[in-house]
Amino acid sequence: MNRIDARFAQLKAAHRTGLIPFVTAGDPSPEHVVALMHALVEAGADLIELGVPFSDPMADGPVIQHASERAIAKGVGLADVLGWVAEFRQRDADTPVVLMGYLNPVEIHGYARFAREAVQAGVDGVLLVDCPLEESAVLASLREAGLRQILLAAPTTAPARMAALCESAEGFLYYVSFAGITGAGRLSTSDIAARVADIRAHARTPVAVGFGVRDAQSAKAIAAFADAVVIGSALVERLAGADEEGEIAARARAFLEPIRTALDAP
Amino acid sequence: MSTIDDFHAWPDAQGRFGNYGGSYVAETLIAPLAELTEAYLRLRKDPAFIAELDRDLTNYVGRPSPIYFAERLTKHVGGARILLKREDLNHTGAHKINNTVGQALVARHMGKTRIIAETGAGQHGVASATVATRLGLECVVYMGAVDIERQKANVYRMKLLGAEVVPVTSGSKTLKDALNEAMRDWVTNVADTFYIIGTVAGPHPYPLMVRDFNAIVGREARAQMLAQYGRLPDVLTACVGGGSNAIGLFHAFLNDRDVRIVGAEAAGEGIATGHHAASLAAGRPGVLHGNRTYVLCDDNGQITETHSVSAGLDYPGVGPEHAFLKDAGRADYVGVTDDEALEAFHLLARSEGILAALESSHAVAQAIKLAREYPKDGIVLCNLSGRGDKDVHTIAEREGVEV
Repeated sequence: MNRIDARFAQLKAAHRTGLIPFVTAGDPSPEHVVALMHALVEAGADLIELGVPFSDPMADGPVIQHASERAIAKGVGLADVLGWVAEFRQRDADTPVVLMGYLNPVEIHGYARFAREAVQAGVDGVLLVDCPLEESAVLASLREAGLRQILLAAPTTAPARMAALCESAEGFLYYVSFAGITGAGRLSTSDIAARVADIRAHARTPVAVGFGVRDAQSAKAIAAFADAVVIGSALVERLAGADEEGEIAARARAFLEPIRTALDAP
Repeated sequence: MSTIDDFHAWPDAQGRFGNYGGSYVAETLIAPLAELTEAYLRLRKDPAFIAELDRDLTNYVGRPSPIYFAERLTKHVGGARILLKREDLNHTGAHKINNTVGQALVARHMGKTRIIAETGAGQHGVASATVATRLGLECVVYMGAVDIERQKANVYRMKLLGAEVVPVTSGSKTLKDALNEAMRDWVTNVADTFYIIGTVAGPHPYPLMVRDFNAIVGREARAQMLAQYGRLPDVLTACVGGGSNAIGLFHAFLNDRDVRIVGAEAAGEGIATGHHAASLAAGRPGVLHGNRTYVLCDDNGQITETHSVSAGLDYPGVGPEHAFLKDAGRADYVGVTDDEALEAFHLLARSEGILAALESSHAVAQAIKLAREYPKDGIVLCNLSGRGDKDVHTIAEREGVEV
């Protein structure tokens, strides 16, 4: 069974909300990516989203763009990221890892080759931000190799399209937006809750929500209606600038542990 | 040659030109693009919209632009006749206005009150600010911090036209980063905002829409050729950065299989040096800015920084229709170096009294090469896409002259 599916089955059985941290691979330090991943797990991560740096991250905000730029400046590429996942797997056989990024690095690497190497490294799914459902035929070899294709849904997604996403979802459906997006700015937590409840009723998979989650309080608010909470920019921002392994791990734990505690509190 | 029956049948409903184009965007952009596609596909067949656009092109842009026989240049070269399609004579001095006039009308029909645009050299920014203020729309132009420094005069022009110019400091601080930033703005403010993309790149429907608005260039030129010369040219050439002026000239001729088509890309300091912007001649298929096309990137898939003396050609991708034409064998794309473009600039200035934009000077250089391949009664039709006034400081600086 794919680790993503297994993990969400466990969470469901235990009535727990999943915690999904995102970090950009190679930031703050290419030397300590694997240590950072283990620290995230120790602090309560249920699944890790590992960002593959790309030079033109059109859909990301400035925090993640700058993290990508720092990693690229240090020479980080897709092969490094796969290597780190393989190393992580030597000590952690269970925590699912999803690579999140953009299509061009995978396209240039070669889809079939990427699929083979990613599975071999122990990657469980991919979220390619600029590959919507309509263009996802190019990812056939990834799906055939067993990688889950994680799809995004947004507050602006039209109803008919949402139905198609719910039908095609694999692993989990990632309901995402950021502060300021049209519609979202006017949506209250209860509006989001209603939408996510509707999606959960129709989706073949669990639904993870990333919605400007910055701390325990905002994570807890979302946990009330989501299967999992994704935390990206706030964590990347917290880690930025640390360069020693101990410091990186300590910051990751200090950030994530209170969120884990809040999610698990009754 | 090619197995394509009708080059005018593209793109398909998904915005694909064969293997290229499409809509490679994040979920947050799907809804705004769908709204735009729906509106544009309706308007492009609406006689009232077409009439409105024609009036603006005639009375505001100053169309049609002439085709001009560059007789002294032709004599100097000693080959086929070189004809210039004079897009430099348009209002604001380049072909860019053909597109911005059209998109601004689409914006108004969609009820949008705010225009955003990205710009490299500033020409598209000026053309966007121009049409925005004319329609009473707010205008915000994203421009790389490096380009702002290089193109101060155009920054000031945009401000004179009432636009706000926002410096972009991420990445290489040039055109591609300005495009990323404009996309972010659009996602955030889509309810009242229309994004005018300046070239035939980006996600569907932009490559289609920008091509449609520039295709007037080739339609006019084809009719002018038949009326004035009773024949079509032997070969067309135009410079290719993103490729909007080139597709504008080429499109009407795509099914005239006897007319050869050659695009001139920026070879910068020479393709072998790596300092160039020749995506088609030296790049590979990839995905950038919402479409599959030829891109310049390293083996990790990171988009590489480009170089050209002309900021307007300094882009690591190219419109997907050009990628399609290249693979179909319908058009060839070759590199023209900075030095060759400058030499052509001077030659055209001294022989014909025309200061061409540095971008267009690449096309002139290619036209000169092509003219030598054909007999004296042959015809090379070159798109003179813009005037060079904006470039005189760059040229003076490069040649060590104090202005």
